[in-house]
Amino acid sequence: MSELIQFLFSGVTVGAVYALVALGFTIIYNASDVVNFAQGEFVMLGGMITWFAHEAGLPLPLAALIAIVLTSALGVAMNKLAIEPARGAPVVSLIIITIGASIFIQGTAQLVFGKQIHTFPAFSGDTPIHVGGATILPQSLWMIAGALAVFLALWLFFSRTLLGRAVMATANNRLAAQLVGINTNFVMTLSFALSAAIGALGGVLATPVTLTAYGVGIGFALKGFAGAMLGGMGNPKGALLGGFLIGLIEALTAGYLSSQYKDAVAFVVILLVLFFLPQGLFGRKTTDRV
Amino acid sequence: MKLTPKSATLLVLAVLVALSPLFFPSGYYYRVGALIFVNGIAVTGIVILTGWAGQISLGHAGFAGIGAYACALAPAHWSLHPALAVVLGAAISALLAWLVGRPILRLRGYYLGVATLGFGILVSMVLNNERDLTRGPDGIEVPELGLRALLKGWGLDLSNGQFWYFFCGLCLIAGAWLALNLYNSPTGRALRALHGSEVAARTVGVDLARMKLQAFMISAVYASVSGSLLALQNKFITPDVAGFMHSIEMVTMAVLGGVGSVLGAIFGAGALTLLPQALTVFAEYEQMVLGLVMMLVMIFLREGLLPSILRKLRGRGE
Repeated sequence: MSELIQFLFSGVTVGAVYALVALGFTIIYNASDVVNFAQGEFVMLGGMITWFAHEAGLPLPLAALIAIVLTSALGVAMNKLAIEPARGAPVVSLIIITIGASIFIQGTAQLVFGKQIHTFPAFSGDTPIHVGGATILPQSLWMIAGALAVFLALWLFFSRTLLGRAVMATANNRLAAQLVGINTNFVMTLSFALSAAIGALGGVLATPVTLTAYGVGIGFALKGFAGAMLGGMGNPKGALLGGFLIGLIEALTAGYLSSQYKDAVAFVVILLVLFFLPQGLFGRKTTDRV
Repeated sequence: MKLTPKSATLLVLAVLVALSPLFFPSGYYYRVGALIFVNGIAVTGIVILTGWAGQISLGHAGFAGIGAYACALAPAHWSLHPALAVVLGAAISALLAWLVGRPILRLRGYYLGVATLGFGILVSMVLNNERDLTRGPDGIEVPELGLRALLKGWGLDLSNGQFWYFFCGLCLIAGAWLALNLYNSPTGRALRALHGSEVAARTVGVDLARMKLQAFMISAVYASVSGSLLALQNKFITPDVAGFMHSIEMVTMAVLGGVGSVLGAIFGAGALTLLPQALTVFAEYEQMVLGLVMMLVMIFLREGLLPSILRKLRGRGE
């Protein structure tokens, strides 16, 4: 029993990061129909820049803030320089652009931060907390709280603020949103900024537990995407739940089946979802506009 | 005499394969040439999938890995002839492409990209982890194809480098010929129609999912054969052949040269295979350059390098 609880704890812990990645996917996907394959790189950068700034002598909270702001700026740059110029391009071209951005960021990070694995101290120490015969790290609680807080903040933003509603309107129908005076270009920029910031926050929270290296992004992207699909593409509630579920399935697979193949979980889930549940758990059945 | 685009492409390829050795400063260049041809075969498959059917795979190296390891494992375990192992690898790749593609290709655009990304990672994971079978990351040796010895018996004595250069060159020409035939067949026209407009293609009765699935399977076979040829000529193979970066290289080569044109994509394969040979420092910057190339080409030269250049030249002629 305590073994199961332990697996559940570690599943929820990584699941929190996947949920953050999935939420980031969802924001950009909703605003622009773009599936951003570079989403995982934002997580990597969040961890890497924090490590770099902390190593340079800055206090951890400041280093984390710098990481989130810089990554967010990079998200904006990516939208302005790579996505906006290709507006109207076929889906495949957009995929090639975002995967290109992902590879480019990885390659640059490899040159700037090196190939080593990096980490920085946990926020509230490394003394495990004992619950029901299992243990959980204080940092795990930070991660879970972070994912829930981001979800809550997004929900408030999208339902209670004018700007948030403008994003929702753009997601619904870009042309109609433009007609009622919404600056859809700004909405796009905002989505990339938000999404990159959320990814970077995930990286900041996760690095003390999962460690970071220049190549970790693509794995986060795949798992976050699996989470978003499981929950239903474009649905924030689904993204949150889907992310946690992927983390749980992965931890249980590692615990009971094979730790070598835990990374295969995301792929299997994607295939199963596409087979049996293409709309995901919370997705609506969509029809294509012709 | 007016050449059709098909015979023009094949003629250019044949002339390049036949005449390039005249300019080789050393025997080493046969090896580089053979590598270009092997990559050319893989990107021809990408042209069919991405250029014509409008789908993208981010895990095509997985199929190359299957083709490569089929040549290493099938002769060792079932004493299958390496040439038949190539066929076996291609069949397994086609079957896996069918399994993965069938549920996905009913849906739009990006799903195949994500699922193949996962598929490629899974194949490379299996090749790295199943040490009892694949000997893991250290790699495994691959038996001799035996064709060179056969040719020698017939009085055609080629060095190892020369043999693989001309053999891969012939395979590339054959692959391009098959692809171009497909382009002009009803299937090819249907593929291009659905790339133009899925809705319009459906209204004239094109079975979208089936066409996309066919394109995916065919391109998987191209990748598998390219992996097999790589393994057979190196006589050794490591799981890197199935790695994510190899998938990205394939896409980048095709995109750079022109993903809609067989000759263009092969040109891209040549450029990106030569680059690391010309610049030894390139290895460090490879990821940056690949990523940058993908973005820049898609933003500024969506047709790719070769078709854009040809259009410029033609425009000037008129």
